[in-house]
Amino acid sequence: MHSTSYIIRFVLIMTTLAALILASMNTFLAEKHTQNEKIYNKRAILAAVGQHLDGGKSPEDLTDQEVETIFSSNIKSYVLDMKGNIVEGRDAESVDMAKERKKPEPERLLPLYVFTNGQGASYYILSIRGNGLWDEIWGAVSLEEDLRTVAGASFDHKGETPGLGAEIKDNPGFPSQFIGKTIYNEAGEYTSVVVRKGGAVDKTHEVDGISGATVTSDGVTEMLQRGLRYYEPYLNTLKTKS
Amino acid sequence: MANDTQILEPVKEKEPLFGKAEKKLLTDPLNDNNPITVQVLGVCSALAVTTLVYPSVVMAIAVTFVTAFSNLFTSLLRNTIPKSVRMIVQLVIIATLVTIVEQILKAYNFPIYKQLSVFIGLIITNCIVMGRLEAFAMANKPWRSFLDGIGNGLGYGAILIIIAFIRELLGKGSLFAGSPIELKIIGAADTYLINTKANPWFGWYMNNNLMVLSVAAMFILGIIIWIQRARNPKLVDIS
Repeated sequence: MHSTSYIIRFVLIMTTLAALILASMNTFLAEKHTQNEKIYNKRAILAAVGQHLDGGKSPEDLTDQEVETIFSSNIKSYVLDMKGNIVEGRDAESVDMAKERKKPEPERLLPLYVFTNGQGASYYILSIRGNGLWDEIWGAVSLEEDLRTVAGASFDHKGETPGLGAEIKDNPGFPSQFIGKTIYNEAGEYTSVVVRKGGAVDKTHEVDGISGATVTSDGVTEMLQRGLRYYEPYLNTLKTKS
Repeated sequence: MANDTQILEPVKEKEPLFGKAEKKLLTDPLNDNNPITVQVLGVCSALAVTTLVYPSVVMAIAVTFVTAFSNLFTSLLRNTIPKSVRMIVQLVIIATLVTIVEQILKAYNFPIYKQLSVFIGLIITNCIVMGRLEAFAMANKPWRSFLDGIGNGLGYGAILIIIAFIRELLGKGSLFAGSPIELKIIGAADTYLINTKANPWFGWYMNNNLMVLSVAAMFILGIIIWIQRARNPKLVDIS
């Protein structure tokens, strides 16, 4: 039998050693971790304009270096407040949508990315976030220069069921349905894009839902409906300018 | 002098670096004493991460690393660990190793880190790891414990990869998706080896969506256990 003081000493030394190893390892790799996280987020944003990248490349095929290059040369980023004003002195990448969602609505900040490709066409990439079945879902939607036609979309989730709700990310056919839909009708009223259970009826504002994943599909509808609307004040100022 | 050689000789005979007993430590968990199909441990992660082959391979390597080194360290410390806190000590060792794996993956293979997400952390609770520490490393010398850890990690990994192979092929029509050597076997696009849209023989073929769900892994695992028990006389229940 070991004495109590031996046990305490043993455990203290052991845990201190483990903590030291892990802490030094984390410090050593921290820079790489944040770098990877940034690239991952940037890739998700580029996925929303995936069909319009130069050279017909898809965002998954780009190297980390290429992603950085596109961001520094082809993308301008802004931070907006809920009234549609540009907030100076804030980096769009530093806006954490998960934290913004917890704030009261009028105080939220919105990141906006404007992508201009080699042909000079600009796309406005809007970030949205909502709830799926199990946990949060989020995405990026890009609008064409007319500010009403969807040019592309990408979605991600925290814990949707593989094969059902997770299809919003895993099945490239789901986000690609959004291309060409419009978020305003002919009269200029806001309609958003609806994910319709049983298949789209109105082909200009609706896409097919995922069978077996009604709650996630409805979550995407709600997220689009609410999230795109946040950008409306800014989009309106752009429209009056042009 | 005579005394010295008498003490040394049996020690030498007992502990060859890689003898029959050592080989058995490596091969036993692959079949006769497989951690998943015979001991039925670590089933949770076997059902969860096996949708694709590539993440399964990474998971297998991660678990092998953890079982091998936690066995080694526990065995090195086995005579100094106070019995009353031995499980806590074992958990500290396991948790440290798992966190190291997580940190390395996050730094050097971010997409896989995202894909395996919570299941890397859950290696800590994988019963195979702690089971081997309690059953083997606490009572055996470091080198043998290390080999036992590798053997059990490989036994676990082998089943994982077999299940993932079947699930990915039938569920997604591809193999090793996400890795540099991705193979697209069957699907409705030009990039696949068999294009179901153009090929007159495979027009009816569709991916089996059941295979993407964890239930499929349960069925496949059951079938593997059945085949193994039918073929291996040591596993036949005589009663």
